[in-house]
Amino acid sequence: MESTESHTLMACHECDLLHRIHPLRYGERAKCSRCGAGLWAKKRDSFEYTIVFAVTSLLLFIMANVFPFMTFELHGRVQTSHLSTGVFEFFERGMWELGLLVLGASILFPAFKILGMLYVLVPLEMNRRPWKAPQVFRVVAQCQTWAMMDVYLLGVIVAVIKLADLATLVPGVAIYSFGALILTMAAADSALDPHAVWEKMEDLR
Amino acid sequence: MKGLSTTAAKASLISCHACHQLSRIPAGFTKGDAICPRCEAHIHLRKPNSISRTWALLIAAYILYIPANLLPVMTVISFGKGEADTILSGVKELIHAGMLPIALLVFFASITVPVLKLLTLTYLLLSVQYKSRWRPRDRTFLYRITEVVGRWSMIDIFMISILIALVKLQAVATIEPGMGAISFAAVVILTMFAAIGFDPRLIWDKMEEH
Repeated sequence: MESTESHTLMACHECDLLHRIHPLRYGERAKCSRCGAGLWAKKRDSFEYTIVFAVTSLLLFIMANVFPFMTFELHGRVQTSHLSTGVFEFFERGMWELGLLVLGASILFPAFKILGMLYVLVPLEMNRRPWKAPQVFRVVAQCQTWAMMDVYLLGVIVAVIKLADLATLVPGVAIYSFGALILTMAAADSALDPHAVWEKMEDLR
Repeated sequence: MKGLSTTAAKASLISCHACHQLSRIPAGFTKGDAICPRCEAHIHLRKPNSISRTWALLIAAYILYIPANLLPVMTVISFGKGEADTILSGVKELIHAGMLPIALLVFFASITVPVLKLLTLTYLLLSVQYKSRWRPRDRTFLYRITEVVGRWSMIDIFMISILIALVKLQAVATIEPGMGAISFAAVVILTMFAAIGFDPRLIWDKMEEH
């Protein structure tokens, strides 16, 4: 973006058409006039909301990892599992590829996304530029694709339905925390205005 | 917002894929040796080797799609007897158990989405290579959906990870993941990388040529 006082010059990331964008009001969106891709959505109090939702997500994330996820009862035998149990089971069977995949999608990428958001946004909000801020924020954006908590929860639902006739399943605290985490992460994502973050980073250089 | 009648590339500008900062093409610019002044990412006019990279990932995904569907994704062992499940037989089982909505969901995520994704990316690549000028806006839209929806195919893999964590009563019932699961996960990941590697701006570059 090249900014002057009256407008910002910006290229569409999907078709490369140049646009002259007038200063947006809060809640206003700019779309590409040729291919329809979103160019910029300006959000009110973006930093504050994103930080609040990210902190909530961090607490829920810790709860989802510490507390029992689900308990399985069959013929009087009880088996408690945690969020990470599946990962260990894959490693024990020598299927480390799947172990790593599930570890990344359900634990590591979500964790990096939450921590990365806070690492960049909290100091920026206090008008300080954290060390390696652009690199960290770029990885946060890439975590978007690979953090698959929402898909994971659907996998849980399908597994529960498959086992429902066979055994008694008792949901644990972690499963509710995980469900809530998906909502707070979605809220943090929709509150985040990446353009505002990049501009602030540049201002504080 | 006003669309100008020219692209960034034509105006000698590079748009950073990470932070969307526009910068002038530096003198003596060759592929990918420039750095975005704002976010320090490597910047390119177009994603490097987009077409051949996407093809390579896509062909690998096509090949692995065969074992992904033929080999069992998991085996349920109860009282010493094993029953192998492929992706399709898992869906059939859900239908027999009377769970039609869930069966449809799994069918959509594990079969419809991967197949459509493979075919869509193939079509997009061919349309760019054959310099198609047909409905570029719709093709861009198709790409956008492909990029977003791909991750939902992972449902089956996550389901297996829950099942093996819960069902481990040695004598009564255990569940063993199979090679089909690894192949299937590889197909999903390869197509996700293929979608990331494809540059939708190539669709529009053909529209600029006369």
